[in-house]
Order: sequence, then structure tokens, then C-alpha cells
Amino acid sequence: MFDKDRWQEIFIAIKQNKLRSVLTAFGVFWGIFMLVVMTGSGNGLVNGVTQGTANFASNSAFMWTQNTTKPYKGFRQGRWWNFNNRDMEIIRDQVPGVDVIAPRLQGWDVSQGENVHRGLRSGSFTVNGDYPAYNLIDPSEMIHGRFINEMDIHLRRKVCIIGERVYEVMFERGEDPVGQYMKVSGVYFQVVGVFRTLNPNIQLGSNKSESIYVPFTTMQQVYNYGDRVHYFGFTAKDGHSVAETAEQVMAVLKNNHSVAPDDNDAIGHFNVEEMVRTMTYLFLGINMLIWIVGIGTLIAGAVGISNIMVVVVKERTKEIGIQRAIGARPWTIVSQILTESVFLTTLAGFMGLSLGTLVLHGVDTALTHAQASMPADEQVFFTNPEIGVTMAVASLIILIITGLIAGLIPAQKAVRIKPIEALRHE
Amino acid sequence: MDNSIIRVETLHKSYVNGSNALHVLKGVDLDIRQGEMVSIMGSSGSGKSTLLNIIGILDNYDAGAYYLDGIKIEKMSETRAARFRNKYIGFVFQSFNLISFKNAMENVALPLYYQKVSRKKRNMIALEYLEKLGLREWAHHLPSELSGGQKQRVAIARSLISKPKVILADEPTGALDSVTSEEVMEILKEVNATGISIIIVTHENEIAAQTQRIIRLRDGIIESNEVNHNFSNEVSAGVLLEQR
Ligand SMILES: Nc1ncnc2c1ncn2[C@@H]1O[C@H](COP(=O)(O)OP(=O)(O)O)[C@@H](O)[C@H]1O
Ligand SMILES: [Mg+2]
Repeated sequence: MFDKDRWQEIFIAIKQNKLRSVLTAFGVFWGIFMLVVMTGSGNGLVNGVTQGTANFASNSAFMWTQNTTKPYKGFRQGRWWNFNNRDMEIIRDQVPGVDVIAPRLQGWDVSQGENVHRGLRSGSFTVNGDYPAYNLIDPSEMIHGRFINEMDIHLRRKVCIIGERVYEVMFERGEDPVGQYMKVSGVYFQVVGVFRTLNPNIQLGSNKSESIYVPFTTMQQVYNYGDRVHYFGFTAKDGHSVAETAEQVMAVLKNNHSVAPDDNDAIGHFNVEEMVRTMTYLFLGINMLIWIVGIGTLIAGAVGISNIMVVVVKERTKEIGIQRAIGARPWTIVSQILTESVFLTTLAGFMGLSLGTLVLHGVDTALTHAQASMPADEQVFFTNPEIGVTMAVASLIILIITGLIAGLIPAQKAVRIKPIEALRHE
Repeated sequence: MDNSIIRVETLHKSYVNGSNALHVLKGVDLDIRQGEMVSIMGSSGSGKSTLLNIIGILDNYDAGAYYLDGIKIEKMSETRAARFRNKYIGFVFQSFNLISFKNAMENVALPLYYQKVSRKKRNMIALEYLEKLGLREWAHHLPSELSGGQKQRVAIARSLISKPKVILADEPTGALDSVTSEEVMEILKEVNATGISIIIVTHENEIAAQTQRIIRLRDGIIESNEVNHNFSNEVSAGVLLEQR
């Protein structure tokens, strides 16, 4: 494999036909280049999307009320209705598949204008009423202090946790916000924490970094929401499908509120599990497409190499005849052709791999720079375009196999050359 | 005969071209002893090369028998044929058949490459043979930089390096002028003097006259097979010495 005579022939063959060799190798080069760049981009997309959603409970769903679309039990259609605290109790009691449930209040009416004040500072931020369980569905990390806890709920404490952007606007840089007071829509709240969402790519109604979370019970009382629940999220227990559990939850809710059991539009819902599944299939589809295109291009390249090797064999007919006459075995000739084909393919592919990796690296660097100058809460759907070591090794193996296959036909033609016939060409 | 190196019995060979069959060898008998130097003569198309190719295991025969060093040579795998050629036979061609991108030394060393001799060792041996043939200082030149006579001497060195029992030379002087032809014949005679059998195909009487036996082929049969009484085994070493 590594003796000089064999490599001498390969280099001579390449050198004698520089343009032809380059043009031939280009097909394989381009195939691998495309494969690398496209796979890297695909990975970038997957990374971007999953990084911004990966921590979101995938076994969860959200529900909200909508106008009824069917008359039922003496009620007209088009009636507006609301979830309430009792619904949450009943769901906990009656639907065994529900694990945690997190009712929420979305304070649209208390989030108007400059609703938050602290000394000379003021801002306009969304107010949400939350249970600790919400952090199990849409987790945040705490930069300062703590999340809302059960005691806050129980005692209806006037405490709040704030998003990063709220902190930036309402506090000095570096100031400890924990224990400080802010006036939120006319009521003083003590700040107990600053949170940063782990799922910036999933926004529910408002930008989380510009939100203030207060205890759910406190919010119902302070802003006069009574026993209303604007919407809620829940997770399904292990072994329970989100879709089935959601059906049961909706049946309970409809029964509770005299909504027609077959009124499918009266409750809006969003099943994260299904979304994740759809995304998984989408990514799978993208990946398959990438491989089909990449492998297709590679095959075209391999056919090119094969063709050129056939020409090379033809040109060397006499030489091969001489070699055979002075004692070269068929295998010597075959391995010579195969080595040449694998060498050309691998060299070209390696260049494609290198350039592709370089391009991805460039894109990555550019993205990192661009993101550094973007607002922190900007949604990012493309990060870390890269190919793993596995992918690199896999493509090298594919190249060697491609080279072998490409060399097969020319090698066969070379062995068929009979020494006498080759030598008679004089 | 015990010391026969090549024995051919009623050898037949036809070339089939579609529905036409050209009967080239029509029952050839031949016996060449170890260390003999014979020439095969005959007009163009009489089947000389065909016979030589069969002897060199480059081609098959249809009927008859062929023994090389007592071993019956029949249809065999290409790998086995290659091994036989490499071990027993050295070829010298009219058109030299050197490999154009290898220098003289690498060309000479090539048969040893197929025997898996290490590069260093085979190049050393190749240099020894080039030295013997007075081409030591041309070792690193490509064939295109050599004269016809030099090329044929490189080819002879290549045929000798695997220490064959027989050298088959198909019109080795056909592409050379008479002075150079004479040099090549002197070398072949010297090689023969070391005990290697040589078969030369030629249609030049001056060449044939320098061999021990002249076999005339005509229309695929042996017309005459005579010991050459004019043959003198004394090598006129002058030519070679001048070269060195
Ligand atoms: N491979 C072949 N196929 C068909 N005919 C051939 C082939 N090789 C040689 N011949 C024919 O066989 C005859 C003998 O050829 P050859 O042995 O080369 O003669 P010589 O060497 O004596 O000139 C010629 O007529 C030639 O055309
Ligand atoms: Mg001939």
C-alpha cells in the first residue's frame, strides 16, 4: 500500500493530466462540501431550535377558553366563559393522568401604559399570576433570589419575581434587587427574585424577559380577578399520553361549564408533545433530504472518477501489458487501480471536508458576533452550525468505499487486458 | 532428454476471428536444451511471434504439449502464469517496452518489485546489472533520454534481474542500426555464456548466424532445424570492453 512505486504511478498519472484530475476530483469535492455545509446548517437549525426549547416540558399542554360555537342546555352559542379555581381542583381530582397543573393569570388590563414604578424609574411590563408549578413546565433559572413558592401562594404575599429586562430598566446595574419594592399597577410588591427563561424560543402571550410574575392567589385578590383562571398548563404523568389526558381534561371542563361535549372550538389548546413530535419529524426530513442530495452529488462524483479511471486504464494498456509480461499479478494491477481511485476520491473529499468545515466555522464566528450585538432576549433559531467527529469519520469511510466502488469497473477492465494484445499495439 | 528447458510437441494454434479461423501453428516440435542459444527465422506472418508468446506463457495453445523445465504448461490462472513468467522467463522486445516514467534503474528493478523485494535492495541489484551492461551512469535517466541501443541494454538488464532460465527475444535488433545490433548480440552471447538459454526471433541472417541453432518456420511448420556450423562461441569481447 505504501510503497513508492505505487505512489509514483499515481502522482505521475495526476501530474500528466492536471486539469483532468482536478475536474474529476471536483465532483467528489463538491459532494462532500455540500454534505458538510448542509449537514452543518441542518445541525445549526436543530441546535438553534432545541436550545431555545429543550427545557420546556415536552409532556405538557396548555388550555384557554374561547367562545362556544354550539347552543347547549339552554345556553346560546357564542357565549363567553372562563375557567376558575374549582375547575383546577376538579381536574386534579378527576383526571388521573395529570401530573402538575399550573393555572395562570395574564394581566392584560393591569399591564397598560407605564404600569411599573420605582422611585424615578418606570416601565411598561406584563404581569402574570403564577404557581410554583409553572417553573416545572416552562423552567427559568434564577439570577437573583428565588422563584414564587407555596408560602407566597398560601399567604397571598405581595411579592414578585421579575424578568431580566425588567431588572435592567428598574434597577441600577449591579444593584441587588432582592428585598426592594416596586409599585406594579398601583400596588407595592417586594421583589424576591430575577429569572431568566431557559426557553426563549417559546413565548406565551408576552416576552418573558419583560414580565413580572406574582403569586397567583395574590393576583386574583389584588387586581380583582375573583376566582378566574385565564389559562393553564399541565403535564401528563409518565405512561399517559398528553393528547388523551387533554381529552379527559376538556371533557371535565365542558361538563363543568355546560358546554356541549362536541363543541371542539370552545376550548383552545396547544399540545407541546405533538409539537415536539412534529419538529422531530421535520428535522428527520431535513436530515434525510441533506443526505439524499449529498450522497447523490457524491455518486455523480464517483461516476466521474470511475470514468476517468477507465480512460487512464485505456491509456496505460501497453504499460499494464508490459507489467503483466514481466511478472505483475492481476491483483497487483487491481490494487494499483483501486489505490489510485481511493486516493483521488479521498483527497478530493478531504479537501471538501476541510473547506466545508472552514465555511461552517466562518458562519459560526459571524453568527456569534452578530448575536453579541443583538438584544439579549432576541430569539435565535440558528446556532453552532457544525458537524461532529462522527460525521467527519463517517464521511471519510463513505469516501473510501466510494473510491473502491468507483475503481471497481476500471480495475476490472485493467485485469481483462491480455499482455499479448497490449504488447501487439506497436 | 534430461537437460531440455523447453520442449514443444505437435503444437497447434489458431486465431479465431468471428467465423474465420486462422491456423497459424500447424504441429510444431521443438526441443531447446539448457544453455542453448537458438534463433527462429521465417518470413513475416509465419507464426514466429505466436510461437514465442506461447513459450512465454503470454498466450494459450490449442493442441499439443508444452513443457517448461519439465513442467507441463497448460491453461492456468493469470496469477500462476505471472509467477511462472517472473521465475523462468525474461522478455526482450523489438520496441524495448520500457516504462516511460520510470528511470533506467527503476525499470530494471521492476520484476523484483513483483517478487516483493524491498525497494532499497532491488535498486541496488538493478545498479549492479546496469554496471555490467555499462549503463551505471545512465541509471537515473528516463528512457526518453537514452539511445535505442541503451534502451535495449536496459531491457536486457530488466530481463536478467529475476535470474531467468530462458530469455525470449522477439526481433531484439529490429529497431536498431547494424552497429548497435552487433553490440546487443555481443551482450546476448555473453549472457548465454553464463548458462541462460536464449531464443531469438529474427529475420536477419547476420543475427541468426551468430546462434548455435537456426530453426526455420514456414506456414506454421518447422521447415528446418539445423546446428549452425559457423557458430563460434568465442565472445568478441572487444565491443563490450570499449563500452566500459
Ligand atoms: N491475436 C491475433 N488475432 C488474429 N490473428 C493474429 C493474431 N496474432 C497474429 N495473428 C496472425 O497470425 C499470423 C502469424 O503472426 P505472427 O506470429 O505475429 O507472425 P510473425 O511474428 O512470424 O510475423 C499473422 O497472419 C497474423 O496476422
Ligand atoms: Mg513477429
